[in-house]
Amino acid sequence: MFNDFGHIAATILAGLPATLAATVGGVLLTIPLSFAAGLALLSKHRWVRFISRVYVEGLRGTSEVVQLFWIYFVLPALIGFQLVPLWAGILVLGLNHGAYGAEIVRGAVQSVPQPQHEGAIALNLTATQRMWRVILPQAVVEMIPPFNNLFIQLMKSTALLSFITVTEIANQGEILRPQFGSQLLLIYLVELVLYLLIALLITAAMRLLERITARNIGRRPIPRTGLLARAIEPDVAGLS
Amino acid sequence: MEWDWSYVAEIIPALLQGLLVTLEITVLASLVSYALGLVFALVRRSRVPVLSQAVWLFVEFVRSTPLLVQVFFLYYVLPPTTGIRLSALTTGVIALGVHYATYASEVYRAGIEAVPVGQWEACLSLSLPRYRVWTGVILPQAIPRILPALGNYTIAMFKEVPLLLAIGVLDIVNQAKEVGGESFRVVEPYTLAGLLFLILSYPSSILVRRLERRVSHR
Repeated sequence: MFNDFGHIAATILAGLPATLAATVGGVLLTIPLSFAAGLALLSKHRWVRFISRVYVEGLRGTSEVVQLFWIYFVLPALIGFQLVPLWAGILVLGLNHGAYGAEIVRGAVQSVPQPQHEGAIALNLTATQRMWRVILPQAVVEMIPPFNNLFIQLMKSTALLSFITVTEIANQGEILRPQFGSQLLLIYLVELVLYLLIALLITAAMRLLERITARNIGRRPIPRTGLLARAIEPDVAGLS
Repeated sequence: MEWDWSYVAEIIPALLQGLLVTLEITVLASLVSYALGLVFALVRRSRVPVLSQAVWLFVEFVRSTPLLVQVFFLYYVLPPTTGIRLSALTTGVIALGVHYATYASEVYRAGIEAVPVGQWEACLSLSLPRYRVWTGVILPQAIPRILPALGNYTIAMFKEVPLLLAIGVLDIVNQAKEVGGESFRVVEPYTLAGLLFLILSYPSSILVRRLERRVSHR
């Protein structure tokens, strides 16, 4: 079973840069889109809320594969401009998860207790100051666990980019499949473990971010007891 | 490229056929995930240490890896190693069902934990048998609370069916791909495919939200 392990591992690892690029690119696009759309959902202008609602429901209501094919195949037919597969992929990942992230941002901002808003008004802070100095620092702490899930979701979705010929991990596995028919188990296990490791990495980064943001407002993050949390922070298991 | 209404009329039957396949897979996979999710949740609560930890590991593993790779795994690895040959549709139902069962198990777990401790204590003092505790007291209280979350997962599953085109399932998107390939037109098939998803999933998500509100206001 392990005769061709070196070759199989090397071929699949060659897909890692594209998977990581798609994940990082997707996350970098998701964050501003989530905040823009999420805060727009809370706007006092009806038409700003409406535009944001159309974006959020439109992207959440259609399938990600359809969006991928639409941007990759339909957009060029409409505007005569073909995106490079990886960029088209990042665009879809960002737009799609940005719509989900918008609801996370909206929910977190709404979860900040009302007296905090009132206190900020009483202190005569402007609307921008209230948002930046009082509301968002507290809301961001609440956003991190759901964003952790969302980013793992996004990372998993990068496998779909194999449909538009991005040479990421899943695509590399499919390249190997015809030739190494007897070692399919190994091929897919290597792929799955790689994805698991990236997911662990994302969780570790988000836990760190949660600690930092919580400390900034003088709070301690709630200890997590999931498998990933225990793997990353062994002390958590002992505490709970 | 011009939007061609006569072409739209021509491809609608094929897309609706695909929609039927998509819905069939969604319904079957939902049933698998609801049932298996409950099993996972109950096993994780059980006091058999190795078993509950194995399920926990499995759940975390499945949740953090892509559905597409799991579909490939089931479709290509299972037949040569176990001799079981599954059709593309069955593979899709099992892969989606198991994948979402891992999400559903967390939902069940939270729902079960939300049942007040007093209910357990009451069962204990009435010395109800374990089986009756679950079917008569705990689950009837836990399940209404988790229905909205399960509904959301069904909608999510509906939107994930298209990735099964990788193993040749003729769902909406694969039908769009087929008809588009024959006529070299892409705008209408893919746009209609997206609209079909929106038409079904948006009203469903509004219904789930309404259900959510009703449950939370009880």
